[in-house]
Amino acid sequence: MLTHLAARVNGDANLVRRGKFVNTSFLIAIDNADHIVRIEHGRIASVTPGPFITPNYSFALRAPREAWENLWSEKPIPGFTDIFALVKKKLLRIEGDLHPFMSNLLYFKGVLAAPRSGAAT
Amino acid sequence: MSPRFEPTVGRYLHLDLLGRPHRLYVEEAGTGIPLLCLHTAGSDGRQYRGLLNDPRITANYRVIVFDMPWHGKSSPPAGWENEEYKLTSRDYVRMILEVSAALELDKPVVMGCSIGGRIVLHLAHEHPEKFRAIIGLESSPKVDPYYDVSWLHRPDVHGGEVSAGIVSGLVAPTAPEEGRWETLWHYMQSGPGVFKGDLHFYMIDGDISDRLDHIDARRCPLYLLTGEYDYSCTTEGTLEVARRTGAQATIMRDLGHFPMSENPEKFIGYLLPVLERIRSGNKKASAA
Repeated sequence: MLTHLAARVNGDANLVRRGKFVNTSFLIAIDNADHIVRIEHGRIASVTPGPFITPNYSFALRAPREAWENLWSEKPIPGFTDIFALVKKKLLRIEGDLHPFMSNLLYFKGVLAAPRSGAAT
Repeated sequence: MSPRFEPTVGRYLHLDLLGRPHRLYVEEAGTGIPLLCLHTAGSDGRQYRGLLNDPRITANYRVIVFDMPWHGKSSPPAGWENEEYKLTSRDYVRMILEVSAALELDKPVVMGCSIGGRIVLHLAHEHPEKFRAIIGLESSPKVDPYYDVSWLHRPDVHGGEVSAGIVSGLVAPTAPEEGRWETLWHYMQSGPGVFKGDLHFYMIDGDISDRLDHIDARRCPLYLLTGEYDYSCTTEGTLEVARRTGAQATIMRDLGHFPMSENPEKFIGYLLPVLERIRSGNKKASAA
């Protein structure tokens, strides 16, 4: 599901510009499958699939596969259009040091919308 | 493009509001039945520019939009630096009544969105006789907090950018890009702590669940319009209000939490029949 994440984010000059002060690693969990995404100056440097023994990341977003699939469908249905919609439904949990996430919220929303089907590759 | 002025006129109104002198920014356009519009939390009256500029509306309605104190071009009252802004149901109701009285509006139609869509339910409960009709956009009886609002006002996070980030998903994915980003720009320009202060009403003080059954849409016609993509004020919440009050509810396709600014053309298509119904009801009442 995250195959095209780096290419789509790094290919979006406006999104990279919005995140130019972001240097962090965060974790995306799809069911129990963890992935650590490393961001350097707004560009995705790596997406590393787990499992990890001592994962090092600032914050994590954990949701069931079905919730991610709905979020990333080409035309998400009402209630599944945004990560905060999933949070409100208690389908997505955001945990850890939220400062990098909240202080760059529009950027991370752009990153997390990038896997959506139909988005430019 | 040749230069042109809009028909909208903006002025500053000096009045005592909530017992203190205020300077409020008020815009209006059109003639006819007064239509007093209330903006969303952390934004301002610019959200209604689509309505102010639509002759189908302004031919029969005097559209009036004011920026609440602390919002848009309305300043906070003198001494604001020594207080924390927190909107309450009581103050919000008083503010609307006092602005309406200052403008000498004769039984206006009041229309509000989000926090405005909630406060109009309070008006329907407490002061139905003062209004010709009430229109709630994105109305719900309550919204439980689903994120930590302290992120909206702290010195190490840009308040405008985080506010826009919080609400960005509430715009329908089908909205035109121009409408989406103009809506977010208003949030980016909000003063420090203002969105958070409004959410005190939205998420805590303004819960009207226990009084919904005492609202009677026969005392003042109540219309509800809610976008299908709104996950904050949900369509279920709106339909509950309609069921318990007798209001007429419409779920709007392809719209989210900010119908009037994210996609004005689409929204006005839903609003016009409501305004026409209010006008025809008014004609019948005058003839009776």
